[in-house]
Amino acid sequence: MLSKRLIACLDVRDGKLAKSVRFVDTKDIGDPVEKARAYYEDGLDELVFYDITASSDRRSIMLDVVEAVAKEVFIPLSVGGGVRSVADATDLRLAGAEKINVNSAAVQRPALIAECAEAIGNQNVVLSMDIRRVPASQACPSGYEVVINGGRTPMEVDGLAWALEGERLGAGELVVNAIDADGTRDGYELQLTAMIAAAVRIPVIASGGAGKPEHLKEALTIGKADAALVASMVHYGDYSVSELKRYLHSEGVKMRMSW
Amino acid sequence: MTDSIVIIDYDAGNLRSVQRACAEVGAAAVISNDPQRVLAAERVIFPGVGAAGSAMRSLRRTGLDAALRQAVEAGKPVLGICLGLQISLDHSEEQNTPTLGLIPGATKRFRLDRPELKVPHMGWNEVRPVRAHPLLEGIAPGDEFYFVHAYYPAPEREANLYALATYEGDFAAAVGQGNYFGAQFHPEKSGRFGLRLLRRFIDWDGQC
Repeated sequence: MLSKRLIACLDVRDGKLAKSVRFVDTKDIGDPVEKARAYYEDGLDELVFYDITASSDRRSIMLDVVEAVAKEVFIPLSVGGGVRSVADATDLRLAGAEKINVNSAAVQRPALIAECAEAIGNQNVVLSMDIRRVPASQACPSGYEVVINGGRTPMEVDGLAWALEGERLGAGELVVNAIDADGTRDGYELQLTAMIAAAVRIPVIASGGAGKPEHLKEALTIGKADAALVASMVHYGDYSVSELKRYLHSEGVKMRMSW
Repeated sequence: MTDSIVIIDYDAGNLRSVQRACAEVGAAAVISNDPQRVLAAERVIFPGVGAAGSAMRSLRRTGLDAALRQAVEAGKPVLGICLGLQISLDHSEEQNTPTLGLIPGATKRFRLDRPELKVPHMGWNEVRPVRAHPLLEGIAPGDEFYFVHAYYPAPEREANLYALATYEGDFAAAVGQGNYFGAQFHPEKSGRFGLRLLRRFIDWDGQC
């Protein structure tokens, strides 16, 4: 049967791996190509690169990073950050990304999802959603609201409704990133992930909040996610990719265990 | 000049991933949509992502359908990947498309009437060889490969079935006939095991 996936997300700024803003120490944590290669060799199932600056002048740096990683890493590679058009998506695909993540630009102009799906295939379009908890209201009956621009701009769009709309427009996969949980290491927002995973027929990736191996297990069982995304947990060497996979496997979660 | 490996370009897939994976295992592969180069190549890779209907239109327009058929008839090792495998059969349920007919059988859609099964079948899944083949050598129980597809190949003859995987039920993960071999999974994205399969293809004499 299909395995659950462990995905590592690397935030890239100016060609280097960026530290989370929540950490005081500002030194960069290394070369994304080296890190990617090491995770790949340690059994990672999929890799995501996020260009956290994503201004047009830095685009070419990101393309270079993607190209360098794609030459060395032979698992699915997903890239996002500032994708606004089919042309952006195509450039990243040519550089070596399988899947393209769209986020803020798709909230502002949902047709972007359909355009990308038409150009590169549904299965390669990932809708990445930043969602925060809010009191249920007419605009956000699920009690979750979509935010954009790295969580700074609330959109008064319901999180569950946006997930369904993204699926309808042709997204092949959803990343559910819980802004409240992001960086806390207190665990994924399980209620949100489970609600969306039960409502759509496309794979759902849980994101934001992972701090302990148990959190991954919760996301993949209680949270009904098809994949769990980790970042700082593995970047700082607290846990290795293979260690996390061994733990999940021993807890009865179906994982790919030979590589 | 004869190219050792030509990757057929029919506007369908992430061809460069296949090219990069070939480079990783020591082979320089050329991406081309020129039927003459396909005919002249020593071996051919026929990848694919996309829809059967548009892929077939593109192949017919460029004459690549005939070139591919001739390459197979000439005994060259040919590797189909994903859609490249699916359209080697007679017919696809995807857009009700008549396909190349290199191997008897049809491409069908997963029914997916169980709500917990997502569409497409995306991720890593175990590939279980059911018949010996040079390209599948070394695959051990539990070895997984990367899949992304909503349709699957259903060869008519047992003799063409080389490996199974399980989603809503068992389906053909590898199909072959003589010098043609098709993988429903993506060897170029399946880590070390996928690279090993590509390396075996590069060394393959087309016999099985």
